[in-house]
Amino acid sequence: MGKKRFFTKKDLTGYLFASPWLIGFGIFNLYAIIAAIYYSFCDYSIIEPPKWIGIGNYLELFLKDELVPTVFYNTLYYTAFAVPLGMAMAFFLAVLLNQKIRGISWFRAIFYVPSVVPAVASSILWLWIFRPRDGLLNIILGLFGINGPNWLASLEWSKPALIIMSAWGVGGSMLIFLAGLQDVPRQLYEAAEIDGATGWVKFWKITIPMMTPTIFFVLITGVISSFQVFTAAYIMTGGGPGNSTMFYVLYLFNRAFRDFRMGYASALALILFLVIFVISLILLSTSEKWVYYEARR
Amino acid sequence: MKKNTYRTVKNRVNLILLTVLSIIFLFPLFWLFTTSIKPDYQIYKMPPQWIPNPPTFAAYPRVAKLINFPKMLANTLTIVIFTILGTCLSCGLVAYSFSRLTWKGRDIFFVILLSTMMLPGIVTMIPIFILFLKLGWLNTFKPLIIPSFFGNAYFIFLLRQFFVTIPFDLSDSAKVDGASEYQIFYHIILPLTKPAFAVVAIFQFMASWNDFMGPLIYLNDPGKFTLGLAVYALTSGNQGSLDWTGIMAAGVIQVIPVLVIFFFTQKYFIEGITLTGIKG
Repeated sequence: MGKKRFFTKKDLTGYLFASPWLIGFGIFNLYAIIAAIYYSFCDYSIIEPPKWIGIGNYLELFLKDELVPTVFYNTLYYTAFAVPLGMAMAFFLAVLLNQKIRGISWFRAIFYVPSVVPAVASSILWLWIFRPRDGLLNIILGLFGINGPNWLASLEWSKPALIIMSAWGVGGSMLIFLAGLQDVPRQLYEAAEIDGATGWVKFWKITIPMMTPTIFFVLITGVISSFQVFTAAYIMTGGGPGNSTMFYVLYLFNRAFRDFRMGYASALALILFLVIFVISLILLSTSEKWVYYEARR
Repeated sequence: MKKNTYRTVKNRVNLILLTVLSIIFLFPLFWLFTTSIKPDYQIYKMPPQWIPNPPTFAAYPRVAKLINFPKMLANTLTIVIFTILGTCLSCGLVAYSFSRLTWKGRDIFFVILLSTMMLPGIVTMIPIFILFLKLGWLNTFKPLIIPSFFGNAYFIFLLRQFFVTIPFDLSDSAKVDGASEYQIFYHIILPLTKPAFAVVAIFQFMASWNDFMGPLIYLNDPGKFTLGLAVYALTSGNQGSLDWTGIMAAGVIQVIPVLVIFFFTQKYFIEGITLTGIKG
């Protein structure tokens, strides 16, 4: 033939090895997203085939459904507190761990352990800890003379309770921060010491700027996962009291699997996707101002 | 000299701080365990009974019988073992393709692979559920197992990071000797990257063992429940009459395997998290 063939044996081998994911991507990502978009324009109860209703679901979502603003508010509230609190704690722990003390690997293990505890086990445990009268938290607050709130049974304190619980699981972020801290070049600190920089100056002028890419990564992934908070609320409160812990994904789950409104739930899912996407873009656009990227070689 | 004393004081303050924080972080687990071995009347005592007296393990056989523990364990382990198998197999092959083969479109597909990590799982959940429903897979373990045979972006990425570190000369000389890509994968790359597969297996174990939403959606028949669902079912009674020592004992039963695995495989955990940013 002489001409280079368009699809060589080499290409075929590559596609064959990649085929599990290529097929999986086709079904579980590509098809699923297109189907979700289609369903979102339908009335679909599973029992009957999907019936096209145009933008009916979206009209209901934005104009009629009185719970949608509530679930957005709850989710934003949760994200706005859980993510910064978790990041601050994770960073603090990572800084404490980033030094040569004996037994440091034990401390690291202890702080990480809560994040391997299964969500069901941690939910039932915190359900027990948050009990108003005989729960561990209020007992301990009582030792300091504080009359603890009703936590999960209270309209004001149910969300903070779940945020406190989420802070228990910061071990993963902590490990990522710790890895970032260990990557900061020693020479930078040494050079600063020669110039007479103190601990705090080094922390603010070297550690923090060098850590901004890691901080950005933990922030983005944290926001995305907080927006999808589900299991703890499903098990511990079921969205109550008075919808105060009805988070977006919990609400979506109920519409889909309790009311079997698959079309409406698909519309909810796509709107959530858009919201997460836009927030990620906003964070990304601000990142140019504060995230420091080392010039690549 | 002055600097050294400053260092020691600082270290001591850090050590105290770390100790206090460790106690706070461990206390909920201490509370979980001690509640599970308290005689029933002691769990509501004020001030609390910090150390159970006398400790009793009565709640364990009681709750194990109630949730049909052997069956739940078998169900969960079935899912865990097959998903580990599926993940290691599919992700190994795909990672090999993305790291050690060159083919048209590879780089574009790799960017797509990375971008699927950002896709919230909830968006695709409903169509996938309907698909499995139509296949008649509801109330079977298939929806929880089969997808693992089609790769997972995080694990593919993780394995790829390991695969690219292996010198390409090894593959080239094997090719000269007439080895096929599959033989190179199986006889050269696989033996050299066992630790990477260990990381994937451990993370997949945790993911399957801890999964709640998947079994919740796909399994309705209590005989098919996973351990997590069975433990959850204990709390769905009347809040006033819950068997809290039993529930805590069930929690301990669910937690112990992950703790044991974590303590023996810590090194792999830390490696996996630092490489991919999976937060566990």
